Amino acid sequence: MSGAIEQPRFTCALGSCQSVVAIKKGVPILHSGPGCGVQISRIIGQGEGYAGGSTMPCTNAEESDVVFGGEKKLRDVVENSFKVIDGDLYVVITGCTAAITGDDVAAVVGEFQEEDKPIVYVEEGGFKSNNYVSHSRLVKAIIDQYVDKFSEDREVIPGLVNVFANIPYQDPFWNGNLEQLKRVLTGIGLKVNILFGNESEGVSEWKTIPQAEFNIFAGSWAGLDIVKHLKRKYGTPYLHFPYTPIGAKETSAFLRAVGEFGGLDKEKVETYIDREEKKFYSHIDKMASFMLEFRYGIPRRFYTLADASTALGFSKFFLNELGIIPGIQFIVDDIPEKYQESVLEEFSKISDLQTRDVKVVFDPDAGLDQQKLLEDAKDYEDKRLLILGSSWDKHIADELHADLLIVSVPVQHRLVMNCGYAGYEGGLRAIEDIYDRVLATYR
Amino acid sequence: MSKISIKEPSVVIREKRLGTINAFTGTASQIVEKSAKGELKDCKRKFSQCLGCNQQQAFCQLAMIRDAAVINHAPIGCAGEFADFNFTYRVEQARRGLPSQLGRYFCTNLLEKDTVFGASRKLEETIRLAYDRVHPNAIFVTTSCASGIIGEDIEAVVDAASEELGIPVVTCNCEGFRSKIWTTGFDAAYHTVLRGIVKPSEKKSNKINIINFWGSHVFDDVIRRFGYEPRYVIPFSTVEELSHISDAAASIHICPSLSTYMGAGLNQLHGVPEVLVPPAYGVAGTDRWLRAFGKLVGKEELAEEIIREGHEKYVPEIEKLKERFKGKKAYVTAGAAHGQALITLLGELGMDVVGAAVFHHDPVYDSGDDKLDILGQAVKNYGDVPDYRVCNKQACELVNALNRIRPDLILARHGGMTLWGAKFGIPSLLIGDEQFGIGYKGALNYARRIDDTLDSIEFIKNYSKHASNPYTKWWLEQDPGYFQGDGSGRGCAAGNGGF
Ligand code: SF4
Ligand code: SF4
Repeated sequence: MSGAIEQPRFTCALGSCQSVVAIKKGVPILHSGPGCGVQISRIIGQGEGYAGGSTMPCTNAEESDVVFGGEKKLRDVVENSFKVIDGDLYVVITGCTAAITGDDVAAVVGEFQEEDKPIVYVEEGGFKSNNYVSHSRLVKAIIDQYVDKFSEDREVIPGLVNVFANIPYQDPFWNGNLEQLKRVLTGIGLKVNILFGNESEGVSEWKTIPQAEFNIFAGSWAGLDIVKHLKRKYGTPYLHFPYTPIGAKETSAFLRAVGEFGGLDKEKVETYIDREEKKFYSHIDKMASFMLEFRYGIPRRFYTLADASTALGFSKFFLNELGIIPGIQFIVDDIPEKYQESVLEEFSKISDLQTRDVKVVFDPDAGLDQQKLLEDAKDYEDKRLLILGSSWDKHIADELHADLLIVSVPVQHRLVMNCGYAGYEGGLRAIEDIYDRVLATYR
Repeated sequence: MSKISIKEPSVVIREKRLGTINAFTGTASQIVEKSAKGELKDCKRKFSQCLGCNQQQAFCQLAMIRDAAVINHAPIGCAGEFADFNFTYRVEQARRGLPSQLGRYFCTNLLEKDTVFGASRKLEETIRLAYDRVHPNAIFVTTSCASGIIGEDIEAVVDAASEELGIPVVTCNCEGFRSKIWTTGFDAAYHTVLRGIVKPSEKKSNKINIINFWGSHVFDDVIRRFGYEPRYVIPFSTVEELSHISDAAASIHICPSLSTYMGAGLNQLHGVPEVLVPPAYGVAGTDRWLRAFGKLVGKEELAEEIIREGHEKYVPEIEKLKERFKGKKAYVTAGAAHGQALITLLGELGMDVVGAAVFHHDPVYDSGDDKLDILGQAVKNYGDVPDYRVCNKQACELVNALNRIRPDLILARHGGMTLWGAKFGIPSLLIGDEQFGIGYKGALNYARRIDDTLDSIEFIKNYSKHASNPYTKWWLEQDPGYFQGDGSGRGCAAGNGGF
């Protein structure tokens, strides 16, 4: 899509700076206009992190840089970033100003790389793509310009996997989701490089990326380039699981796929799945009476305005574990056309028992999506509706008296710390959160 | 005095109009003196952190006009703020008892190809789309670095659209790189409104323009007692209301950093007098403000009466609280004029203001006289601030200064800064509502909040034990102003302060 956007729900290519913030002691250095960092924090930031927000070094382009170029300033800022901010990895990312004026960032950063400083660069320019796309470019840059230096005489470590999934900060639950994915994969006996967030060892973990036995990409499309790149570069095979696994059914499917792909001991995998499913369904069992018998309304139909991975993951979960039927799914991640078909196909398979025709709209112009949603909702006035969306959707949720679970940026009406909806525990958490919103509406 | 001209589509940037600077190391009295003599020079930094830009300041003023739509002619990244301002807009609607409404903001979503083949078509389409979706009474088009550098004739596009749609479609040139001083964005928004919305008025009304953000309506009672009607601009006005602000009896500044351009513009273009006296912070400051306002409207006796009442009602409790603040060291970090207002307040409350990191410094305002000089008055009334720095919102300078000074209290005004007090275990207070501290009641409000803040140290002390600190030991050992100028620690900014 290349038209105007009302209610943006992602940011520009420069937004990958938040992926750097998500690496332990990672320091982004922006070569951009003065306001860019703030713009990004405002929509996807969750506080400062270690060196994000107003700690992030930035060249703060001014008129003279735009006219005469900003390479000298960049060199100064990089040099002094090393002195001022204590980091394990520094990443220079360029914004629109530098991209238009054509500063030779490679040359400037190259000087520091020659001194063996832990620094890489990604030439973006905010307008070149968005942060769904640039996240992959960032990870690839770190691998090619830094990690690769440590890959000589690499030996594959049996059972080691790199996991690429939710995009830090763009997915508000990135940290919790990655924690959950690591937990279940460790459960079936793998050694997991989760790379971002609390459960990662940080840069030392990144250095072992080339040694993985195989890679896992759990998501629809944004990040697929990374595992493809690693296959080309190090010959590491990869498994693509096309959405975020939420709840028991999907997580078990995910683990079985991984087990099979990695040739893991089947019994071990099944034992783990069995244990986790027992726990999960004991809670469902306990609360089934509520879900089936609650006298006052609980949602029967849901709309989603989110990225493809989230929309798919939740749709499967809602339908199969909670009996909530999918209404129109608005995919707002600006998904390239070539991937849309595979998303539609996944939606067509969301029920094991019957063909379900889920209506899917691909359009990042969420202002327009909302209009369509309101129009569609007119046909369901008898039903209590649930909207999976962002803070932008509070307004229409209020208007429709619908329940709103915020699962996408911008997130302004809830606080996220380690909450994650992936995995078995994440599924339970999702159920708690939905019914918390529902029940809180009663007097 | 700067001459306000609305012929040009772009506002003259603050550096040029007012000689504004964003780096200084010295004392408050030094910067006051150097401002008066016109001796302040600006300088660069050899290290810098994310700042904030013009465009955001402009947007904040245009985004809450109740029946307008805003288009940011930019790539999607520059629209990150939309959600944030929508949140503020909606929270403040509720506080004002207004119906629930979404902020209608559009981004032209400039892509690489548009920077090569041009983006005018896209802007045209977006204007039409915004009009069809919202049917606004005006559309504002803000520019960004990308649209600024492409450099197309945006004026031609908006003029044509204005004609076609029959509503004002007005540009606001506020690309981030245009000015090093982010508050130029306020000026840009006011320039836009003065140029495209405000009409001359035939007769004066009894309205007083209060040029503000979206703070609480503290002026209602007092303005009405003087027989006038308060009118808060720009946020929460309608396009129609804005078109009449030229009929006001006077304009009030709550923060001249914000409103200098609008005040002077309305004065020079439409003869609306400004209340030229520092905003009413602190008891003495409120006395002075009331007297000035009383004089302007010819009701000096009423002013004295209000002053007497205010003193009776609020001063005894303020005095009591002051006892508890004796000997406490306070530090301020905020935008320029508001920071200076906070210095005034703290001085009034008997605290010892040991330092301040303010974001920029306007040596003079657009009105051209020094009657609005808050800092000058503060220094005169409450003594010097020994470590006064203009920090351009550079967190590293603040962190470094705090680490040395270790005050008992920090008063902050912008996010990302308050945090640092807490990390060092120093009680910190951020008050978002600019009007919270105005008047006698405001002084008491602040005194109470400061008292609470000084009291509730458990969280801060516990948190500080576990807080992360990304700054190196090396940095904390340098001078806070080390990077101002040539990076030697003795650069031009220190020269500014007379070392
Ligand atoms: S500095 Fe420029 S590019 Fe960055 S947010 Fe501001 S206008 Fe946009
Ligand atoms: S789109 Fe460009 S100018 Fe805007 S925030 Fe992103 S990098 Fe900065």
